[in-house]
Amino acid sequence: MSVGIVLVSHSPELAGATAEMAGSLAGTDVTIAPAGGTDDGRFGTSIELIQAAVGDADGGDGVCVVMDMGSSVLTAKTLLTELEDDDDGPAVRLADAPFVEGAVAASVLASTGQDLDAVVRAAEDAWAMRKL
Amino acid sequence: MNLDTRTAVAWITRAADDVRADEARLTSLDAAVGDGDHGANMTRGLAAATASFAEKPPATPGAVLVAAGRSLVAKTGGASGPLYGTGLRKAGKALGEAEQAEPAAVAEALQAMLDGIRELGEAAEGDKTMIDALAPAVAAFRDAVDDGADLGAAARAAADAAEEGLAATVPLQARKGRASYLGARSVGHEDPGAASTTLVLRALAEVTTEDAA
Repeated sequence: MSVGIVLVSHSPELAGATAEMAGSLAGTDVTIAPAGGTDDGRFGTSIELIQAAVGDADGGDGVCVVMDMGSSVLTAKTLLTELEDDDDGPAVRLADAPFVEGAVAASVLASTGQDLDAVVRAAEDAWAMRKL
Repeated sequence: MNLDTRTAVAWITRAADDVRADEARLTSLDAAVGDGDHGANMTRGLAAATASFAEKPPATPGAVLVAAGRSLVAKTGGASGPLYGTGLRKAGKALGEAEQAEPAAVAEALQAMLDGIRELGEAAEGDKTMIDALAPAVAAFRDAVDDGADLGAAARAAADAAEEGLAATVPLQARKGRASYLGARSVGHEDPGAASTTLVLRALAEVTTEDAA
């Protein structure tokens, strides 16, 4: 098994395309679930879509959530608070990471079977990866 | 008077009506510094809250606020959803199972709302957010209750303080939310979140004043 990845974006297309790209780099051993837009397909954030994506991504080893900004972050934090009340729920961590780079780093590391702490750290270390 | 279930439902329903009536103003404020969806988002979230009351009537004022908060979190779509939603749920939980909340208990609930929103949004006063209306309003409500005011008078004091806080956001530079990307260009506009907070608190003042009359 591996840690699952959830990608939260205001845009359904951005979440989906980032999941597709991270998946192409990480291989098929890791589940990457996009949660983009509102529950009626507009730009924005839906706690129900994020919760469903967490369920899809959870294979028993925990879930690392990468968000774009603003309401994505606040809604993911709100969901985390709700899940903390549920003892039987999946282990979920939010990564404080740049969206695309963090998604790729987390997915690649998850594909190697590393644990949730290491996957979250990889996403957060993406801030430090200079391009030039 | 105390805050009972009927008055709590009336508060959220009035807030939904007032926000819908002012949706264009909230949207234009948001379009100046944000993505222009605040009016529509708040209208949608509050409409979901009032629909939830019809579907499953809450039994206590605390349950009214928890149900409203849950609807706002689920259906608003923007950052205001988790912020107002968390705040209302914290306020509702602070009221507990009581069938009636005295003004002092409402003051505690409003403080819990403020604390919850502060914790989630990590915004402080002066960041040009809803906190700039809510924090002085909560303080004014508590001061009024301490001075012996009834629920309606305390709510009016809170709404007046929120309006002053809203006006004071105009010269501020945003440090949270989408408007913060604008830097100095966020100066010169009212904060839309502070504007909707003022409407929500004015709605409380309206329903508690009318009921007492």
